[in-house]
Amino acid sequence: MQEGLDDGPDFLSEEDRGPRAVNVDLQTDATLQVDISDALSERDKVKFTVHTKSTLPNFKQNEFSVVRQHEEFIWLHDSFVENEEYAGYIIPPAPPRPDFDASREKLQKLGEGEGSMTKEEFTKMKQELEAEYLAIFKKTVAMHEVFLCRVAAHPVLRKDLNFHVFLEYNQDLSVRGKNKKERLEDFFKNVVKSADGVLVAGVKDVDDFFEHEKTFLLEYHNRVKEASAKSDRKIRSHKNAADDINRIASTLYTLGTQDSTDLCKYDNDFPFSRKIEARVAADEDLKLADLLKYYLRESQAAKDLLYRRGRALVDYENANKALDKARAKNKDVLQAETTQQVCCQKFEKISESAKQELIDFKTRRVAAFRKNLVELAELELKHAKGNLQLLQSCLGVLKGDT
Amino acid sequence: MRSTGSYAHQRCVACAQNISNQKLVQGILDSIPSPEAACLSAEDISPSSNGPRDDDPDDLFAEATEEVSLDSPERQPILSDGPSPAITPVTPVMISPRVDVFDRSPDQDEDEEENRDTFDIQISVSDPEKVGDGMNAYMVYKVTTKTSLSIFSRDEVCVKRRFSDFLGLYSKLASKYMHMGYIVPPAPEKSIVGMTKVKVGKEDLSSVEFVEKRRSALERYLLRTVKHPALLKDPDVLQFLESSELPRAVSTQALSGAGILRMVNKAADAVNKMTIKMNESDAWFEEKQQQFENLDVQLRKLHASVESLVCHRKELSVNTASFAKSAAMLGNSEDHTALSRALSQLAEVEEKIDQLHQDQSYADFYLISELLGDYVRLITAVKGVFDQRMKAWAKWQDAQVMLQRKREAEAKLQYANKPDKLQQATDEIREWEGKVQQGERDFEQISKNIRREVGRFEKDRVKDFRVVIIKYLESLVHTQQQLIKYWEAFLPEAKAIA
Repeated sequence: MQEGLDDGPDFLSEEDRGPRAVNVDLQTDATLQVDISDALSERDKVKFTVHTKSTLPNFKQNEFSVVRQHEEFIWLHDSFVENEEYAGYIIPPAPPRPDFDASREKLQKLGEGEGSMTKEEFTKMKQELEAEYLAIFKKTVAMHEVFLCRVAAHPVLRKDLNFHVFLEYNQDLSVRGKNKKERLEDFFKNVVKSADGVLVAGVKDVDDFFEHEKTFLLEYHNRVKEASAKSDRKIRSHKNAADDINRIASTLYTLGTQDSTDLCKYDNDFPFSRKIEARVAADEDLKLADLLKYYLRESQAAKDLLYRRGRALVDYENANKALDKARAKNKDVLQAETTQQVCCQKFEKISESAKQELIDFKTRRVAAFRKNLVELAELELKHAKGNLQLLQSCLGVLKGDT
Repeated sequence: MRSTGSYAHQRCVACAQNISNQKLVQGILDSIPSPEAACLSAEDISPSSNGPRDDDPDDLFAEATEEVSLDSPERQPILSDGPSPAITPVTPVMISPRVDVFDRSPDQDEDEEENRDTFDIQISVSDPEKVGDGMNAYMVYKVTTKTSLSIFSRDEVCVKRRFSDFLGLYSKLASKYMHMGYIVPPAPEKSIVGMTKVKVGKEDLSSVEFVEKRRSALERYLLRTVKHPALLKDPDVLQFLESSELPRAVSTQALSGAGILRMVNKAADAVNKMTIKMNESDAWFEEKQQQFENLDVQLRKLHASVESLVCHRKELSVNTASFAKSAAMLGNSEDHTALSRALSQLAEVEEKIDQLHQDQSYADFYLISELLGDYVRLITAVKGVFDQRMKAWAKWQDAQVMLQRKREAEAKLQYANKPDKLQQATDEIREWEGKVQQGERDFEQISKNIRREVGRFEKDRVKDFRVVIIKYLESLVHTQQQLIKYWEAFLPEAKAIA
């Protein structure tokens, strides 16, 4: 079987460029550049090599690397979330946990079924599963990198001390994953938060901009969630169909080698058509599904921002009411005044930055969608044209063979 | 008397060779109410009466034929039941031309090729109509034959047939030709579930699909049958295609006596196959059998994969449609106008692609999957023909064994000096010598037939597959071209997002 169009290298390089550019307008700022230069996949964890180039004075060197694990990224993210100072910013969403379970299962099943298929079939399937594993691996590296780049690009977050420690401290941060108790606490916190969120959202905002954003984000978030789920399902079906075509191709190949007729020629070309189908599914996955998933998380982050602001607003209004009450009763007036002032400041600070953040969010979103949709269309076209060429040459061989 | 009885049984395709099996068959024949049993015997009779497979003018079996009909007067009335009686009067007239055909064909393959080039017959099965109500309802199909061949009485004939008529045709052809080594194309399978839905009157998509599937399968079946040069000239086939009234083929019902008998005989055949150890002297047959075994395995695997693909593609189309809807909703809620428009466009593209996937899955199904199913069944018929050859060989060997025994008996009698019994013994020896010769001739004939049939089958197979694969590839090409069109239309929209 000769190797037809081997898109291998192109595919990889596209993916390399892809992740960093999910958010288009990241200025490649010379003062701070972060990327993940390497990654190692061990038994059940992935070790990322975070490489930093910076001209900022607070770093000891201009260029350095550290090794980090997924939990440490989560720790960094959570530290941002818990920091009151950053209440007015959209915190870049945390990267999802690396999940190789499905792929590992498939590899295991392949290993078990080794006896039941021919050597060629086995090596072929092994190659494909390994390619799949590699793709998932690349994706998780990309997700982690995007998170770091977003933080580095944010004017305020990039100055965060924890972030600098994360980048520079070359020992293990000894961040353990949350134990059961802490996870339970988190769970309850989330429940309370979502109940509160509903309450807060019910409060009508004086500012039109924020009111509009609130309604918009709520609807948008739900729609993105649905679109993301549906696109996942679609891509899964597509992968299933591609798997079937795989199997058909290998059966045809066996048939071709056993059969003495000239149907063999067809059997040789069909396998490449199926490679293309699988790649179409993979590309759709990358451009469309991942985009939607990312914006699902980002819109959630934006919603969180709005929630925080809403909470601050409610607090402010409550403080106002308390102050009025205190003044009326002429008791604890000073205390009420200070509380009110604090709330007022907090609220205003959040509102100021939130407005800008939300506008940035929109710009980023539009740009990312544009880029990915254009790339999706281009890839689909490329694959369809390649497929077409292959099929036409196949037809030519078969028809001319009478 | 006993020997002629055994002739008749040996003639009967469905019956096993062993005496013990014969007893089993006899037992069942006795337990079944007579009309049904008679149906079997009618089948039994027809191979004998359509004897011309033997070129030998000294056809011993010609006598046997007469004896059978004399033997069993109670079977006479049965001849008026079922379709075979319509045939028996015809056969005496047809025998001589038939013999000619058979004389010609083995020696003149080139002539046969020529005939095939002028093969001019078009058959279509169309217009399924539901007749009747409830559980007694059935579908009737219009069979249209357009031809310029002389054996047909008219240029264009239209008749109405129901599914069991097709099954009846197949079972008659199988009983007449299979044991000669002819590959008789199998009819489409019964489907109780499918038919029940149609009978009950559900007008949903699955029953419409089922009827369409069946109609297409019946058409393919008829086309394959008439492509076979011998089957084309068979009076049963001609009658099926031309006569407006066809008597009901009752014996095709699964739960009839004939049906049960068929099942029993199939089981007996399977047992026999395991016990017959044939000394294969001809490497060609061994090689071919192995080849067909492999082909069978691969085709079944392929068929299963294609069916799975059809299923997944349907799923893909459903999911694409729902994704298109959600993308449209996302576009609606997006407040950036250009992006919103682009997302709606994406939704439209995806919807069109969904339609494409659906069409593609129909192509997958009707072109490839059905063809594969047909070939899986055809290969079973081919394997059956090889089995028939094995049976012929076994019969020949059995005859040789009997001859040996008779000779020994005669030798013993010579010692005992019983002249009257001696005469009988000598007669029997002559009889069995004849049988041995006949057995050998039959075996060689069937081997020759099989070689020819397999050659024809292979040629047809390659042609069939090529035609279908070309059609399939063309449908794939069309799909890709459409995809290109859609995405090219979308690209500027995506680029226009500012």
